[in-house]
Amino acid sequence: MDIETDTNRMITARRLTKTFRAKGRTVDAVTDLDLSVAPGELVAFLGPNGAGKSTTLRMLTTLLPPTSGDAVVAGCDIRRDPAGVRSRIGYVGQGTSGGHTQRVRDELHAQGAFSGMGRRETRARADELIDSLELGQVANRQVQSLSGGQKRRVDIALGLIHRPSLLFLDEPSTGLDPHSRANLWEHIVDLRRTTGTTIFLTTHYLDEADQLAERVMVMDHGRVIADDTAAALKQRLAGDRVTLEFGSATDAAAAAARLGGDHDGSSISVATPDGDVALPRWIRDLDAAGLEVVAATHRAPTLDDVFLALTGRSLREEGAAAAA
Amino acid sequence: MNTVTTSAPVPTEFAAPAASVARPTGFVHDTVAVFARESRPLVRDPFSVVFSLVQPLVFLGLFGPLLIGASGGDAAGTLQWFVPGILVMVALFGTASTGANLLFEMQTGSHERTLVAPLSRAALLVGRALKDVVPLVIQGTLVVLVSVPFGFRLDVPGLAVGLLVLAVFGVGLGALSYTLALACRNRDWMFWMVHQTLLFPLMILSGMLLPLDEGPAWMQVAAAVNPLSYLVDAERVLLAGGFGDPSIVGGVIAAAITCALGLVLGVRAMRRAR
Repeated sequence: MDIETDTNRMITARRLTKTFRAKGRTVDAVTDLDLSVAPGELVAFLGPNGAGKSTTLRMLTTLLPPTSGDAVVAGCDIRRDPAGVRSRIGYVGQGTSGGHTQRVRDELHAQGAFSGMGRRETRARADELIDSLELGQVANRQVQSLSGGQKRRVDIALGLIHRPSLLFLDEPSTGLDPHSRANLWEHIVDLRRTTGTTIFLTTHYLDEADQLAERVMVMDHGRVIADDTAAALKQRLAGDRVTLEFGSATDAAAAAARLGGDHDGSSISVATPDGDVALPRWIRDLDAAGLEVVAATHRAPTLDDVFLALTGRSLREEGAAAAA
Repeated sequence: MNTVTTSAPVPTEFAAPAASVARPTGFVHDTVAVFARESRPLVRDPFSVVFSLVQPLVFLGLFGPLLIGASGGDAAGTLQWFVPGILVMVALFGTASTGANLLFEMQTGSHERTLVAPLSRAALLVGRALKDVVPLVIQGTLVVLVSVPFGFRLDVPGLAVGLLVLAVFGVGLGALSYTLALACRNRDWMFWMVHQTLLFPLMILSGMLLPLDEGPAWMQVAAAVNPLSYLVDAERVLLAGGFGDPSIVGGVIAAAITCALGLVLGVRAMRRAR
């Protein structure tokens, strides 16, 4: 099977599959994954732990050979030209890229040499990254003495030293405090804005996908189950959620019968494509029918609602369960 | 499945980022780059080399006097016999545990970073193994210098060749240690279990600390198949400045075999690493 090399695509994958065999059991980590990413896109690969996100990333970055299927990354076939892929991409894995006893600047210089850059070019580029990723204060310190957020910025600097046109980020903000996460996101968005670097990141954080990516691919059990902009996914799959509170459970039941939706005690919750328009109309109609709405809330959908609509499970709860 | 690929609006000025392609690199270039990276913490913090000298110096300082007393000979003669063994001990303990650094980097993520970098896999192993020679040579020299005031007779050409043979052995043992680390992956305990199980018998059965002539026959058989005993014998001759002795050939062969075996197994393991 051969994929045509489409020069307008940064990543193309067709029927990419990875099966692991462990203790007589086969695990389908990734099944028939099709993928097409254009230059300049910022794509978030969203899914619970174990969905196959990292396995996909490890195949695309040539760390793991696929069981079947093909992919062309940055113009190079991952099977036939893994060295070509490696020289064109930046990769930031889940762990800490910098060696713990190494100094930040030394690691950047080493990474430049690893990529075949000349000494002077490497030094200039390292200074540039230290400056843009605000690492000046820690450039001469050992990686092990850095905070989580600083380490992550060093990881990104290491991934960018050779100016790759495509950057892979595996769970970039896992384990960071809210302030460091926001700071990291700023840097990622800034990187894309100023250089047009294509960014492909995996995450199990809903807000991360929401904040960073225009395009979200939802993955579950080794398959991509949705692929669109975050706004379109929410609009199409989840819609707004309107919650109405009544004086009694009887009223709530009567309202639920009229509007549909879930009825819970004296309140009901109804999904609708456009809550802004529906809410005043419903209140008027219910009032006319003698059902008095005592409180009303209207919530825009989140990606968790999208995941819930797609799988019947909440990603938020799975995340909490995995963290526990 | 929905496969709509709604692409984000790409700012036109960035629509075609200059496809940056890192320059192709070769094995020698990559080996130098890996060696330089691995040596950097040593350059930044040279004291760390002295720090790992504690164990050989303890043996020299605490075991040495006992040996002198037990042998009934003079201090200088006993040191002439004992110091080459300590040198082999420096090489043995220094390089056999070096895989632990790789093990740590495998667990934290920096090893993965080097696997994705456009580097020759062989260079990843060889550059690391060559780096282990640096502390070995510095430590070996320091041990000898410390012994001189106590009567050890220094033969400079002998020491130079002795350190060279030890370096060849050290590259091999270091490579074997990395091979073990790559095989153990995240099982630290397995690495240290193999390390501890092998190291002390190898050390004792090499005649490094005590002569094996008085030991039972099975011990002498074990020593005969232990490459370290050939190395210890060769170092004793070399450090005394005796270049014509045939036991040197045995030591060189033992070092060369260790080196070749370590590099072959290590490069194979690194090529398979993911």
